[in-house]
Amino acid sequence: MSTLIWIVVALVAIGMYLSWTAGRLDRLHARIDAARAALDAQLLRRASVAQELATSGVLDPAASIVLYEAAHAARQAEEEHREVAESELSAALRAVFGAAEQVEAVREVPGGDDTAGELAQAVRRVPMARRFHNDAVRAARALRRHRKVRWFRLAGHAPFPLAFEMDDEPPAALADRPT
Amino acid sequence: MKIGIVCPYSWDVPGGVQFHIRDLADHLIRLGHHVSVLAPADDETPLPPYVVSAGRAVPVPYNGSVARLNFGFLSAARVRRWLHEGTFDVIHIHEPASPSLGLLSCWAAQGPIVATFHTSNPRSRAMIAAYPILQPALEKISARIAVSEYARRTLVEHLGGDAVVIPNGVDVGFFEKAEPKKEWQGNTIGFIGRIDEPRKGLPVLMKALPAILAACPATRLLIAGRGDEEEAVASLPREMRSQVEFLGMISDEDKARLLRSVDVYVAPNTGGESFGIILVEAMSAGAPVLASDLDAFAQVLDQGAAGELFAVEDADALATAAVRLLRDPERRTELRARGSAHVRRFDWSTVGADILAVYETVTDGAASVAADERVGLRARFGLAGRD
Repeated sequence: MSTLIWIVVALVAIGMYLSWTAGRLDRLHARIDAARAALDAQLLRRASVAQELATSGVLDPAASIVLYEAAHAARQAEEEHREVAESELSAALRAVFGAAEQVEAVREVPGGDDTAGELAQAVRRVPMARRFHNDAVRAARALRRHRKVRWFRLAGHAPFPLAFEMDDEPPAALADRPT
Repeated sequence: MKIGIVCPYSWDVPGGVQFHIRDLADHLIRLGHHVSVLAPADDETPLPPYVVSAGRAVPVPYNGSVARLNFGFLSAARVRRWLHEGTFDVIHIHEPASPSLGLLSCWAAQGPIVATFHTSNPRSRAMIAAYPILQPALEKISARIAVSEYARRTLVEHLGGDAVVIPNGVDVGFFEKAEPKKEWQGNTIGFIGRIDEPRKGLPVLMKALPAILAACPATRLLIAGRGDEEEAVASLPREMRSQVEFLGMISDEDKARLLRSVDVYVAPNTGGESFGIILVEAMSAGAPVLASDLDAFAQVLDQGAAGELFAVEDADALATAAVRLLRDPERRTELRARGSAHVRRFDWSTVGADILAVYETVTDGAASVAADERVGLRARFGLAGRD
């Protein structure tokens, strides 16, 4: 009889531990969703400011076309091409705003100071949001690789989380601080 | 934005983390945010209106020294009440891995949590043992901040994951505008720090001093900080002791004036530094800086571009560099100019904007902070079944 009681106690304890782990995993998935939403918002903000600048007529025609192309592609990219398109926008921004003179030229036109500020903020926040997202992904992956999670299928049908890999190096003239 | 900040160390004991939190709270309140700081404090200590006491910290031996920590049932209850009453949009925990309020609030909260890692201690045995316990609490943190590239590297090595680097802030204007004091000017070397803490490096400076005085006899060394003054000069030849002046503990105003007055500020620290705020303060005040080449210091000084570096614990190298600086006013002027330009990135206007950017990034697309209610078994199975 007492053996039976011990078996029941052990089963209940294991059950509670598994349920707690499932709760942990659920919270991690929620954190990834929030981080991904934030990353999306920052990427969109960056592409919008870039497009605004490209169509403003402040830049020379060649720079305008390069920037417009990249910003447009980044906004329209399918999910699987998103990382490449966003990396290309980073490269285009670095090419256009590589020199401090170009940033100064934008700042001098009426309202340009605000736009330059918004762009500086956007290129600063994209790497931040991406780091937070990938950090959440790493934590979830570490837990999901664990035996208990795999054997008891605690992750349910949630897709295996993927990091967002892109080149997010900001233009030097816009990021005058240590990264 | 409603921001809750958790301070792990006693508010009544002065320290780098406490000052950082105080300045951050002041800065955020000036910008119109609603800030509440949860900190351990004695009940009698007068607290600023934005600080909520989490009870008295208990001194316990931890990690090789006696640390004042908060833990136990009562502290956990206070954390929960603070979280519940605050209804914060984001909470910012400092030192979440130390077994104090930081870890408790990490355990008790859910929602957008930002954490700043200040220290870069080598991995301790306790940390390795506690890792399975720490991990579930630490993985709730939505955004990690490291105070230097060096602190970030240790964090990545010890806990995995990644962090953004946002340096500690300094009110550059306060140091820039300080009035130099006549009696502290003219061939002076400055040192600020605990005299009896060997990691602050005063013994190295004392060892270098005879060589410096032999080359530049008019030099005076001004030392500000707590500790036994007799013992500090014991290694010096008797006739040189008059060249050393002890100022004792000094106020923030006097610290700024001292840094404005000296010809060279020396930071001979031998370790245990993850940032080096004093170097930023010295540069803000326009003092030419000579520091040991610790990773953290090298980074703050832009790998030697904004101040001179010497090999750590090498008294001869320190003496050579100090003599060279004292004899070369042009180089000092150059360092002053470079330092003043370099510290702009550490000013609260820049640092505060970056920290706010982190808050805004994590609150985008997330609910506000709440106490993490322990869910019933049935609800948990319900959650577990969800996609």
